[in-house]
Amino acid sequence: MTMNAPGGEAPPKLLVEGLCKRYGATTALDPTSLAVREGEFLTLLGPSGSGKTTLLQLICGLVDATEGRVVIDGRDQSRMPVHQRDIGLVFQHYALFPHLTVAENIAFPLKMRGRPSAEVAKRVDAALGMVHLGHLAARFPRELSGGQQQRVALARCFVYQPSIILMDEPLGALDKKLREHMQIEIKRLHRESGATIVYVTHDQEEALALSDRICLMNHARIEQLGSPREIYERPRTAFAADFIGISNIFRGTFATGASRIETPHGSFALPSDATPVGEGGALVVRPEHLRLGAADGGHVTGIVAEIVYAGSETRVIATLSEGATVTLRLQQGETVPELGQQIVAGWPRDKAVLVS
Amino acid sequence: MSQAAATGFFSALRLPRLSALWLAAPGLIFLAVFFVYPVAQLLGLSIVDPAKGDLSIATYQRIAATDVYLRVLGITFKIAGNTALISLLIGYPLAYWLARMPEFFRGRMLLFVMVPFWTSYLVKTFAWMIVLGRSGVINNLLMGTGVVDQPLPLLHNEFGVMVGMVHAMVPLAVMTMLPVMIGIDRRLVQAAQTLGASPAHAFWLVYFKLSLPGVTAAGLLVFISSLGFFIVPAFLGGRRETMLAQLIITQVQELLNWPFAGALAAMMLAAALLACWIYDRLFGISSISGGAAQESRGLVRNAGLAILAGLATASAMLARLFRSLFGRAACALALPVFAWILIGFLVLPTLLVIPLGFTSSQFLDFPPPGYSLRWFQTYLDSPLWLQATLRSFLVAFATALLATCIGGFAALALANSRTRWGGLIFAFFLAPMIVPRIVIAVGMFYLFARLGLIATDLGLVIGHTVLAIPFAVVTLSAVLKTYDQRLDQAAATLGANRFRTLTAVTVPLVKGGLIAAFLFSFITSFDELTIAIFVSGGIKTTLPKQMWDDMILQLNPTLAAVSVVVFIVVTALLLIAERFRRST
Repeated sequence: MTMNAPGGEAPPKLLVEGLCKRYGATTALDPTSLAVREGEFLTLLGPSGSGKTTLLQLICGLVDATEGRVVIDGRDQSRMPVHQRDIGLVFQHYALFPHLTVAENIAFPLKMRGRPSAEVAKRVDAALGMVHLGHLAARFPRELSGGQQQRVALARCFVYQPSIILMDEPLGALDKKLREHMQIEIKRLHRESGATIVYVTHDQEEALALSDRICLMNHARIEQLGSPREIYERPRTAFAADFIGISNIFRGTFATGASRIETPHGSFALPSDATPVGEGGALVVRPEHLRLGAADGGHVTGIVAEIVYAGSETRVIATLSEGATVTLRLQQGETVPELGQQIVAGWPRDKAVLVS
Repeated sequence: MSQAAATGFFSALRLPRLSALWLAAPGLIFLAVFFVYPVAQLLGLSIVDPAKGDLSIATYQRIAATDVYLRVLGITFKIAGNTALISLLIGYPLAYWLARMPEFFRGRMLLFVMVPFWTSYLVKTFAWMIVLGRSGVINNLLMGTGVVDQPLPLLHNEFGVMVGMVHAMVPLAVMTMLPVMIGIDRRLVQAAQTLGASPAHAFWLVYFKLSLPGVTAAGLLVFISSLGFFIVPAFLGGRRETMLAQLIITQVQELLNWPFAGALAAMMLAAALLACWIYDRLFGISSISGGAAQESRGLVRNAGLAILAGLATASAMLARLFRSLFGRAACALALPVFAWILIGFLVLPTLLVIPLGFTSSQFLDFPPPGYSLRWFQTYLDSPLWLQATLRSFLVAFATALLATCIGGFAALALANSRTRWGGLIFAFFLAPMIVPRIVIAVGMFYLFARLGLIATDLGLVIGHTVLAIPFAVVTLSAVLKTYDQRLDQAAATLGANRFRTLTAVTVPLVKGGLIAAFLFSFITSFDELTIAIFVSGGIKTTLPKQMWDDMILQLNPTLAAVSVVVFIVVTALLLIAERFRRST
């Protein structure tokens, strides 16, 4: 983590209380509460239709909430029209004004706030410098590449220093290389400006790379909220485990208070800190914790079906009974089994996570 | 060995691969012969002395000699300009209202614009004569309720002409602006608001600015179409509202002075071209065909943006004032209420004609004193009307067939070619829509007189096809634009030759568009009057021509019955066409 948010006493920068949105019988967002600290980089992560974009639009007022409140800096903004909320939004496809030049696009929010023209010019220059686009100030958006357009959109948002900056999948339209470059750019802008950012994405790698905290969403509600490390290492649900990173998930049954879980692939030890409640769940083992050979957590037997060489590591996919598969991540130097070979893969007991 | 040599020989002999653009050739030739040539010849004729065959500006001298022609030219410009201005002012909110609707709902609402657009000008004008006349619907209402004790002079003056012109042109304005408005990314307005722009500022500085290409294109089209109007001023205007097209018709039909009519038509064409030229200077002609408008730079642009900013601030203050006066809810209702009133204005007058077709009275009183089918009986018993109806159907059918074939190949050529000529060729196919019909009609009259095509069905079909081609090309181009070209490539890789690809893959997939293009062409021909006036001579009349002749003689309830028939035929075909267009 790059920065630590201030302690519990400070009021949250953004507070969402029981916010929900229904369209007739369809629920776009179940009542949701969320607090974002000053200077924090929070990511709303989830598959399409999970409610993350709805939550974002409710926060900035583009959509009216069915119920609930949006509080920014301690002031209730739920009834405030969009243009009077002190919020910046970076759109998915940039939404640059095609009839205005780059400089005019960036000047737009300052002019709308009636800033004197000398100040506008100075701040536009500074914003252009910040995204390294000073030489393109007089161009029109269509004359820029995708990455350049994205940087203009970022500059247009940072230039008026809104309380909170919302970003709606801002890198979705860029190719992989450029996306990674822009991620570093956004991280730098965040660090230099100290802005509070709420970021929407469906790309889990992006979320892990950028965020102080991740708010994982599914089926119109929050699935899990925590730091990237917490969510990756201690997923609370099978969905969370499956959505972030690659997971081997073994569903099974257990009795309350038991120490083992019975699955179609064998009986496995539950991690020592697990508190099994109810009658079933799933055991999650990350591919990097699976090793060839048995271990104290448990093991499975399978046939090697695919070997994927990925440079720094080699992924081995093995087929278990009933068509299930497991994925192992072997580091460089480890012996790679052959295609069609029968293998045993095991894991240490406390590297597994019990999820509901 | 010899076989290989032979194959090589033949493949070397094979014609160079036909560029897709060649498919447009039949259409290009057709328009060159029956549209460009006659119009160009008309212009030439006006500068040739009819007696000696020398170059002469005698006809133009005659135009300039008496101020009557210049006055008519002035009136024509004034009426066309005012029509364009008013149509834009009242059409913009309606187009805006339609553009903001969800697509499904918009399709339905658009019919309220499409039906008036395609309804025959004759029927619309007939309706206004009934509504605005001395003992018309409005005067009856006002006198009956005691608001006035003298009938208001609503007809045969400038007011009557403007009502008729605006009513005829608002649908064109709306339908030209709408695609541009739909194409505006709604997120840009949202973006402006998140950046701190009030709704008024977001509208003027972003939405309105981006909709301007549509607005100016609509202004140009309405202005040029209005220049050539003669039905509306002939029936709704008085002597002082005589327009240029009426003079042309008089010169040809009554005075048989062809060169003079040619000179007048040349003047109108020059006016239309001048309007196009000014438009191109100001906005760039490419924005008409939906190309990206050129963003000007420099002083003009800054001045424009400053004006918009002023408008935004002013309307933001107005909005605040209205909101405090009438409340937020009432203000939100203003747009839909206005839109519905305008739709009423567009649709209701024509609907009034329907009960009149069933009147039992000798006169066109509204409401009818009683109902009967006697005027339909009169219509059906009259060989004149029936023959005209039959001819209209036959000509329209042939026209639709021809225009769909020519337009289909042209659209296919345009969709498949990536050359820079594409835009130009598309514009050429639209030209018959932009050149005033009366100019085309007079030019065609000369040509057909020499070819012996006057008073023949073939002449009518050719003339109507020229007018219908733009509609066919536009309809089919829109369909082919969304057509996935890879399906053709897939068919080719699977072993289908070009012809089989066309018949087994392309045509079945764009069938809806073909039927729509056929029906639009059919309607264009079915209620076409201008060319019919010149080309269908003597007893060989079409339904609109017969209506025109009757309306000039005297209004009678048979006309109402015929109007009902025309209205129902056209509306039914239009609804079917729309259904097919959407299904593709």
